[in-house]
Amino acid sequence: MTRRTLAVVSAGLGQPSSTRLLADQLAAAARDELVGRGAGVEIRPVELREHAHDVVNHLLTGFPPAALREALDTVASADGLVAVTPIFNASYNGLFKSFFDVVDRDALADKPVLIGATGGTARHSLALEHAVRPMFAYLRAVAVPTAVFAAPEDWSGDGAEGALRARIRRAGSELAEQVDRRPAATGPADPFALTTSFAELLAGRDPA
Amino acid sequence: MQFGVFTVGDVTVDPTNGRLPSEHERIKAMTAIALKAEEVGLDVFATGEHHNPPFVPSSPTTLLGWIAARTERLLLSTSTTLITTNDPVKIAEDYAMLQHLADGRVDLMMGRGNTGPVYPWFGQDIRNGIPLAIENYDLLRRLWREDVVDWKGRFRTPLQSFTSTPRPLDGVPPFVWHGSIRSPEIAEQAAYYGDGFFANHIFWPKEHTQRMVGLYRQRFEHYGHGSADQAIVGLGGQVFMRKNSQDAVREFRPYFDNAPVYGHGPSLEEFTRETPLTVGSPQQVIDRTLGFREYVGDYQRQLFLVDHAGLPLKAVLEQLDLLGEEVVPVLRKEFDSLRPAHVPEAPTHASLLAAAGGTKDSTVHAVDDVTGKAPEEGR
Repeated sequence: MTRRTLAVVSAGLGQPSSTRLLADQLAAAARDELVGRGAGVEIRPVELREHAHDVVNHLLTGFPPAALREALDTVASADGLVAVTPIFNASYNGLFKSFFDVVDRDALADKPVLIGATGGTARHSLALEHAVRPMFAYLRAVAVPTAVFAAPEDWSGDGAEGALRARIRRAGSELAEQVDRRPAATGPADPFALTTSFAELLAGRDPA
Repeated sequence: MQFGVFTVGDVTVDPTNGRLPSEHERIKAMTAIALKAEEVGLDVFATGEHHNPPFVPSSPTTLLGWIAARTERLLLSTSTTLITTNDPVKIAEDYAMLQHLADGRVDLMMGRGNTGPVYPWFGQDIRNGIPLAIENYDLLRRLWREDVVDWKGRFRTPLQSFTSTPRPLDGVPPFVWHGSIRSPEIAEQAAYYGDGFFANHIFWPKEHTQRMVGLYRQRFEHYGHGSADQAIVGLGGQVFMRKNSQDAVREFRPYFDNAPVYGHGPSLEEFTRETPLTVGSPQQVIDRTLGFREYVGDYQRQLFLVDHAGLPLKAVLEQLDLLGEEVVPVLRKEFDSLRPAHVPEAPTHASLLAAAGGTKDSTVHAVDDVTGKAPEEGR
């Protein structure tokens, strides 16, 4: 049986957090789909609130404290990523952006990502398309077509079998499909690996 | 084993009283620190090189030449010499001159410099950092080792029949270290030439140093300069000491909290845990420093940063007293007793001279353009 890992990044600030709730539901939908396809799935949550100070310290010192390093490695080595942020001022919140600002440059290349967001009104929903999706495009991640936005009304009323639930299931299958197509992730790149030899470096000195 | 101090040469406000030293004061403080280093029995003083405020040491050989004239024993070095933006011809000339004036008490540490805007001021581009370091250093080595150089490269005007003067003292070029925090190419460069490798170490987690030194040692052996544990390794360290460790923490905290580079970020406690910074008693510094050996192996040079972040000169000189009286004598003894006999000391002018088979006059005399004869041939 193939082993797959899903990193689940949530930038919710409240506890309990509706952002985390959405993230968990998205992860579960992707897991169920992958399990249905015969894979074993491990879900690894990364609650950014716990790393907030470390993220700022990394921005200032240039290196992550140990706990944040572990979170970054979790994201880099996952087969798929669920990334959910609350929408603040028409975009991702600062914590979400700062975290992805310190992710290693190539860590998300070709990585399947399911993006989600929560907000105080459904009028924020397109922030997923004009802010969150372009950031992952820049990081060369593969964001699945369905992005999931949950407004307050989505959590109430017709609830369990409503539109949000259907959307979560569709998005989860899309992520599972992308994960399933790929070989297992190889983990974070080693920045200290020597990828050249001195002969090659020295040869570069000839005039072009 | 060699012990010493390395300075960045920053002009930084003292956060405890708002006092900002002048450049003049800071330059004089750097010379006072160097003289004190010799007085308390340290081996090395190394200065940074910078070409932008708030830093003063833009002209390292002027500073080191002054210090050379007032010291007897102290080894003068750099931390680092910018191999990217300096003309290698000027480095060859300046440091050979310094070598003569200091009677051989000179070595250098090559570095790239990490401030983007500095490069174009000297006609370069930071994106060429590694290729510049490789090409310029290769030329520098030839300028010191070959009396007449014909050369063409990517970054500098070609040279035809060029002789860099003065020739290195006794025909022996200064020993060179290569400094880098996390560029494996520089560890590779140091290993290729059998030069020293210096890990800045401070401000970064020890894993960086461990990986870089490990790579350098492995490649040093690969290139046939000796076994991995015979490679020449230097490390930085950062300390603030008082007899009583609580006093050290209390006094250093405002400097830490407001320091350039890491200030307003992690707490003193976090940074002390995650990087080599040690704030406490001399015994704590001894214990921590001996611990470096556990992840880099037996090494040859330990330099401490003691004078940044606006610390007043008086406090810095007190650090040097503690290093000289209480810390370094113990470290010397401990490291020496742990080091196996086949692990060498860092090369010095004397050891390089002995290896080269003794003194020779390396002077290159001018040749007459018309007759093609050197002056002595006419006699």
